[in-house]
Amino acid sequence: MILGQKQLDKIDDVLKENLIGSGVQSVMLIDTAGNVIASINNGNETVDLYSLAALAAANFGAMSCMAKIVGEDEFSLLFHKGEKENIYFCKVNEELLLVNIFNNQISLGFLRLKMSKVVEELVELLAL
Amino acid sequence: MAFINLKDKVIQAKIVYYGPGRCGKTTNLEYIYDKCRLQINSEMVTVKTQGDRTLFFDFFPFDMGKISGYDVKIQLYTVPGQVKYNSTRRLVLKGVDGVVFVADSAADRRNKNIISIKNLEENLKLYNKNIRDIPLVIQYNKRDLAKEGIEILDVETLENDLNAELKVPSFEASAVEGDNVILTLKKIIYDTMSSLEKQLKQEP
Ligand SMILES: Nc1nc2c(ncn2[C@@H]2O[C@H](COP(=O)(O)OP(=O)(O)OP(=O)(O)O)[C@@H](O)[C@H]2O)c(=O)[nH]1
Ligand SMILES: [Mg+2]
Repeated sequence: MILGQKQLDKIDDVLKENLIGSGVQSVMLIDTAGNVIASINNGNETVDLYSLAALAAANFGAMSCMAKIVGEDEFSLLFHKGEKENIYFCKVNEELLLVNIFNNQISLGFLRLKMSKVVEELVELLAL
Repeated sequence: MAFINLKDKVIQAKIVYYGPGRCGKTTNLEYIYDKCRLQINSEMVTVKTQGDRTLFFDFFPFDMGKISGYDVKIQLYTVPGQVKYNSTRRLVLKGVDGVVFVADSAADRRNKNIISIKNLEENLKLYNKNIRDIPLVIQYNKRDLAKEGIEILDVETLENDLNAELKVPSFEASAVEGDNVILTLKKIIYDTMSSLEKQLKQEP
C-alpha cells in the first residue's frame, strides 16, 4: 500500500482534530500486518510505536478469530482498561485499525462517538 | 503488504521466520538483536510460554537506513513452530513480504521440516500468496550439532526434501554460534526489497 503526502496530511488532520483535540494522548493508524501508517500524540507520550503496532495487529487478529469461534463476524471494537492508561482499538476497514491511548479524563462513550466520526472520515479519505 | 509512506519517505516491510518447533527461529532473532543493536531502536517483543516456547511471535523493527532516499524499516517476526499453534502462525503471516524457512538439521527432525514447509505453503495460500513467488530463503540450522556427535542430515538430503522444487537460496547455519545468521538475514532483505521494487514498477 502506498500513501502520498496529501492523503497522509489529511489523515493527520482528521486524527488531530477529533482525537488529540479531544484529549486522547496518542493515536495510531496501523494496518493489519502491523505496519504504522500514521501516528500522532499530544507531545507527552513516548510509546514504542512499532512494538505497539505489532502487538495491536496481532491482538486484533486473535480477537477476530475468537469472534468467529463464538459465531460472531467480528468484535468491531476492543477496549483494555488500566489503572491510568487505557487502550481502545477499532477497525477502519478490512486493512486498517485505529489504536488510541487515553487516560481516565475521557469517557469511553465520548471517545466512541468521536471514533465513529473519525472512521467515517478516514473511509472517505482512503476511498479517494 | 509493505507500506510506503511518500510523505516521510519511509518503507515498512515484513519478514517472517518460519519453521518447525524448536528449529531455532527465536535464537536467530536473539542473535540479530544482540549483534545489531545500533539498527534496532526498540525492545524485542516476545510473546512466549513459561517454557520459552514462542506462543504468538517475537518481533523487532530493523532499521536498514536510507535506500534510494527512503528510510527502510524491516519488521522481523518469528512464528510459533508447534503444530498446535497454527491459527496464531497464520496471523503472523498476514501481510508478509519475505520468509526465512529455518530447517532443523538434526536427523530426527527430518519429517517435521517437511510438514512445516507444506504448512507454510498452505498458510500462504490463505492470503493468496504462492510459495513459489514470495521471496524465500532456506536456512539449514544447527549444523554445529555434528561436533557434539549428534547425527545431522547432509545438505543434499535437506535440499532434496525441502528445496528440490523451489530452488531458492539456502544457507547452512548455526543460530547459537551465529554462523550465517546475518548472511541469511541480508539475503532475505535483499530479495524482499528487489521484489518490492519490481512490484512498484508494475503499478500504474
Ligand atoms: N545446537 C544448536 N542448538 C540450537 C541452534 N539454534 C537453536 N538451538 C536450540 O534449540 C532450542 C530451541 O530454539 P528456539 O530458537 O527457541 O526455537 P524456535 O524455533 O523459536 O521454537 P518455537 O518457538 O517453539 O517455534 C533452544 O534450546 C536453542 O538453544 C543451533 O544452531 N545449534
Ligand atoms: Mg520461538
